[in-house]
Amino acid sequence: MDARIASAWALLPDYLGQHVLLSVTALAIGLAVGLSLAVIGVWSARLRWLLLTVAGLIQTIPGIALLALFYPLLLALSALTERLFGVKFSALGFLPSLLALALYSILPILRNTVTGILGVDDAVKEAARGVGMTQAQRLFKVELPLAMPVIMAGIRTAAVWVIGTATLSTPIGQTSLGNYIFSGLQTQNWVFVVFGCVAAVVLALVVDQCLALVERGFARRKMWLKLAGAAGLAVVLLASLVVGPSRGVGTYVVGGKPFIEQYILAALMDQRLENAGLQATARGGLGSTVIFDALSAGEIDAYVDYSGTIWTNFMHRRDNASHKQVLADVGAWLKKTRHIEMLGPLGFDNAYALVMRRDQAERLHIRSIADLVPYAAKLSIAGDYEFFARPEWKAMRAAYDINFRRTREMQSTFMYKAVADGEIDVIAGYTSDGQIAQYDLVVLDDPKQALPPYDAVLLISPRRADDAKFRHALAPLIGHISTKMMQQANLAVSRDRNQETPEQAARELWQKIDMK
Amino acid sequence: MAVDFAAIAFRDVSKTFDRGRTLAVRAVSLEVASGEFVAVVGTSGSGKTTLLKTINRLVEPTSGVVEVEGQDVQGIDPFQLRRRIGYVFQGVGLFPHLTVAENIAVTPRLVGWAKTEIDARVGELLDLVQLPRDLARRMPTTLSGGQQQRVGVARALAARPHIVLMDEPFGALDPITRDSLAREYRAVHLELGLTTVMITHDMLEAVLLADRIAVMAKGEIVEVGTPHELLNDPKNEYVRELIDVPRRQASEVERLAGARS
Repeated sequence: MDARIASAWALLPDYLGQHVLLSVTALAIGLAVGLSLAVIGVWSARLRWLLLTVAGLIQTIPGIALLALFYPLLLALSALTERLFGVKFSALGFLPSLLALALYSILPILRNTVTGILGVDDAVKEAARGVGMTQAQRLFKVELPLAMPVIMAGIRTAAVWVIGTATLSTPIGQTSLGNYIFSGLQTQNWVFVVFGCVAAVVLALVVDQCLALVERGFARRKMWLKLAGAAGLAVVLLASLVVGPSRGVGTYVVGGKPFIEQYILAALMDQRLENAGLQATARGGLGSTVIFDALSAGEIDAYVDYSGTIWTNFMHRRDNASHKQVLADVGAWLKKTRHIEMLGPLGFDNAYALVMRRDQAERLHIRSIADLVPYAAKLSIAGDYEFFARPEWKAMRAAYDINFRRTREMQSTFMYKAVADGEIDVIAGYTSDGQIAQYDLVVLDDPKQALPPYDAVLLISPRRADDAKFRHALAPLIGHISTKMMQQANLAVSRDRNQETPEQAARELWQKIDMK
Repeated sequence: MAVDFAAIAFRDVSKTFDRGRTLAVRAVSLEVASGEFVAVVGTSGSGKTTLLKTINRLVEPTSGVVEVEGQDVQGIDPFQLRRRIGYVFQGVGLFPHLTVAENIAVTPRLVGWAKTEIDARVGELLDLVQLPRDLARRMPTTLSGGQQQRVGVARALAARPHIVLMDEPFGALDPITRDSLAREYRAVHLELGLTTVMITHDMLEAVLLADRIAVMAKGEIVEVGTPHELLNDPKNEYVRELIDVPRRQASEVERLAGARS
């Protein structure tokens, strides 16, 4: 079996279990809230309008935005409860996903329950009143049972939506079948993407069909159909929970952003901690701001960021300084404002840099951007979609007074091949990208330090600052990963042939570190 | 039992809808004696159904007093009141998700009878309305219209009410079923000593079944009398018209039958 399929299978119990657990809990909450609101909606026409409008509006918010919104919301709420009552809760992962999905599932349940109850034959409703049923008795003995087929149809819609949307909870730190899709997309592991999609679709179909049985049971008043559907659901639930999140969430959580290098580094840290006898979990694919806040809040214990990112995005610095100066300032700032400790730089950087074909650079004797200046007017340059709008481009042109024949925007993954094929002369690439090694390209020096340094730095959360065992396990990584080593590891995961998983690449990287 | 009060009494009862713009019932006063069978006859929109519903508080009068067995209904919990008064509905109104037996058992269950007692009562009532007992486990939708309304009557009688209200109970049935069901009900009414108020737009049905007929038009009772009184000496022009239609039809039928033979 293909290594990628094998590794996808190995992850299935955990991903599926967490996915099912999240979906079921969200549906249960959606059901309780949706049904209660529906009862209010049936009793008051004005409130019904309000409820359906609000639920409809929520539905129009894209799932991924709704999920993303809950993270800062809960973070603020958690900070508030901590100040008021000394109680803190995790704003990452399960809770925000659960709330967003529950909110999402309310509309179909609410709408169908209201429609179902209002649709009950007036003669029957009149009879229920006439025989002396109270409002509650009418609801539970007559209206709800008669509306049940319509309500079940709403529950089916909600279930399918929730199972599908739950795949989007990965960026806010909740493990789900979406982990396959997100990591697969970033690491160009199409086996993972397809595996994740198929798993989510199969789960949704199975649950939908079980609910369809229950629905038919209500419509035809056949108890055995209801029982068969319920039994099917119970099997899905138990199976996924029993084999499911058995790995559980480790004591230590390492995070990673959603691109190849970060998946590898998260896997590497996870392996280091496990090897040191510390129970650890890697949470890859976290959004850039989510991951920084999560570290500050102690919801993850370590991750690798880049000095330039913190310098520009969080410290809002517009000036440039040497690698050393930036590292020192960033470390001091993190400690002072966030109590985050910078364990140290890993040894490589992932910065914007001008990159050329080796033969052309050697022919023109170009080693640095300064060497490039006299030829630039005859050369073309390509960058990713944001590069030419970024301060780095402006700063570089100002520092070197360099002008190219023409600029071209490109999908970053295709730039390297374009420059290697001679389609373009210079690209603004990323220094640790594996394709630099793949195509044997040259990275030009930046003697005037116009481009800010992006040294990879290992950050640890405030609550682990004094954890000696934890620090000791991660310490060997500091200063031991060269740009070349990182490029090769990145290449191993992104290349078309003999593609490795981030875990495999991490293990190889570890061996190289040990050999040093 | 010596009864010194009416089973049902309306005292100057009015009901308006739409904040007074529509007057459905207008200053109605009427007493229904215990054991009496009263038919309220009128066209649709005459207010007869609204009047009926004030008895078990499905409709609250805007003014006036409704008494049941000597007690102002405003002083009785509406749910308790409805459970002690049988009600046969215009559209039958059987609960489609419950079996025949469960439909009949609805009110006894609401008032908390023991299960064995309810089971026995269901059998008894099926006999009373002349339905085979093995229908008990069927769903209402599998029954004919006539069978369904028999179940409706059984349901109304289940908790042994003294008073039964009927809202055009046989209106949707074919003439033969309608006739036999109506006569059977009349027999049950006498046998159980019930007080029955029946709403109908069919004067002939009223004449054949009721002890007394109240004719309503535009929310008012225009005339009350025994069938004999109304047939022979209607005081009101509208009542005369109502009486004349079936009478003319009957003589026409006679004439046609005679001409053939």
